[in-house]
Amino acid sequence: MYALSIKQLTKTYSNGLQALKGIDFDVKPGDFYALLGPNGAGKTTVIGIICSLINKTSGQVEIFGHDMDTDVEAAKACIGLVPQELNLNIFDSVLNIVVNQAGYYGIDRKLALERAEQYLGELRLWDRRFDQARMLSGGMKRRLMIARALIHEPRLLMLDEPTAGVDIEIRRSMWDFLRRINAAGTTIILTTHYLEEAENLCRHVAIIDEGEIIENARMSTVLRKLQREVFVLSLREPLTEAPLLAEFETSLVEDYELEVTVDSGNDLNTLFARLNESGISVVSLRNKANRLEELFMDLVESKQDPGRAAVR
Amino acid sequence: MDIAVNWVALKTLVRKEVIRVARIWVQTIVPPAITMTLYFIIFGNLIGRRIGEMGGFDYMQYIAPGLIMMSVITNSYGNVVSSFFGAKYGKHIEEMLVSPMSNATIIIGHVAGGVIRGLMVGALVTMIALGFTSLSIEHPLVTISIVLLASIVFALLGFVNAVFAKKFDDISIIPTFVLTPLTYLGGVFYSITLLPEFWQKVSLANPILYMVNAFRYGILGVSDISIGYAYLIVVFFVVGLFTLNLALLNRGVGIRE
Repeated sequence: MYALSIKQLTKTYSNGLQALKGIDFDVKPGDFYALLGPNGAGKTTVIGIICSLINKTSGQVEIFGHDMDTDVEAAKACIGLVPQELNLNIFDSVLNIVVNQAGYYGIDRKLALERAEQYLGELRLWDRRFDQARMLSGGMKRRLMIARALIHEPRLLMLDEPTAGVDIEIRRSMWDFLRRINAAGTTIILTTHYLEEAENLCRHVAIIDEGEIIENARMSTVLRKLQREVFVLSLREPLTEAPLLAEFETSLVEDYELEVTVDSGNDLNTLFARLNESGISVVSLRNKANRLEELFMDLVESKQDPGRAAVR
Repeated sequence: MDIAVNWVALKTLVRKEVIRVARIWVQTIVPPAITMTLYFIIFGNLIGRRIGEMGGFDYMQYIAPGLIMMSVITNSYGNVVSSFFGAKYGKHIEEMLVSPMSNATIIIGHVAGGVIRGLMVGALVTMIALGFTSLSIEHPLVTISIVLLASIVFALLGFVNAVFAKKFDDISIIPTFVLTPLTYLGGVFYSITLLPEFWQKVSLANPILYMVNAFRYGILGVSDISIGYAYLIVVFFVVGLFTLNLALLNRGVGIRE
């Protein structure tokens, strides 16, 4: 049994826009799954349909074996949603928001209050529990939406760009929290524009574009498809021009900074051997762009322009 | 439907609605009290003294049941339309839509909130009325049942309005252009026996006339219309509007793409 199973899901909006063109994918229980794609690709439509916020046109959605058409209440009870847009009642208190949400899931008030203390505490909002939601910062509102989504302890947590607009410190603390609840058994599906986030957190990735799934595999498998990576090297001594290194493309960014392109048939050991031969000493290196980001761009651009060299 | 889940969900929603009414009491409770006080002073006291008796009662006594019913109707309607549309507009309606609570529970919870506010305001207006005139309840069961049913009808109508509303203008159009004229023409301030025969017949098409008169019958023991018809019409509207709302939510009208 899958945590989520989607078969031939289509959605055509009333304005004629075909947002989903018959997509299929399955998510295993306990997985941390990234659903990626450019703006307008159909990610939020998929999440909206899974969470009963958007009516599908056709297809089948099952949550832990519960069909969304025939067993919708049992299916809904398994899901927690952190939506992309803020959807808090800003005039309600932090505590009321999470306790009311628990009530909508049939959790009595006493247990809801206990859980509210736990989740608001873990997300560092317990001290602000009597404040109206409008008094919170953007990052706090995001964390409140996570606490609200977890209050009924869902087996499947849907996160639609949960860290959009939050600073790096809060984002990283949210990552730690999400890793912990995933380790405790909650299946997580994440959409994000921060591909570093997906690469760091997720074990499985699906890429959706123009309503179709164009990639769906384990993260490690997907990343192996990357044909080339660009590294930025910090040099100990300045250079005046880019060195010629056999089998590698190089370009000098600044006196102390060299960019080197490493194709998939090559490796860093060979690169460092060549650098040694040329007498170039390297202090540090980093990827020019996130690896998943490079792959993502290759996949999306090759779909939009089939003549362009694809990654495969 | 999981009854236990829906029962807790219903209690939660009603509690939330009551807290909302209490939190914004300056908007929900005070204005109708002030408006109705002015009605009693101007129509009941100043103008009423010149009018004299109507239906065998002094004018202040005659209009009191109608004014109480008017405040119940408008507040039941207003509470549901503003609460549900506000939830749609602020998108926190999604809190309910993603949960396993049924659409029927969503409707009943909002209607209960509207009824509670309507009856709270009705009780307040009754107390204000007692400051101007004496009222004895002739038929308590009729009084209570009809005010409750009328409150439910208009809470359900408010829900329909909120489902279709796309902007804030849409939630004031119906109260301004439909509800207020029907209430004023629904026998709150006069007996329809004063109207020419043609307009008496036209008035019979106004459902508010039946509610106001049935309520007046409950309090004063007089009515322009048959109480049996009044119950028939009110119950018909309760069942019809609940069914309509349920069908709208099940289809996702106004709430789901």
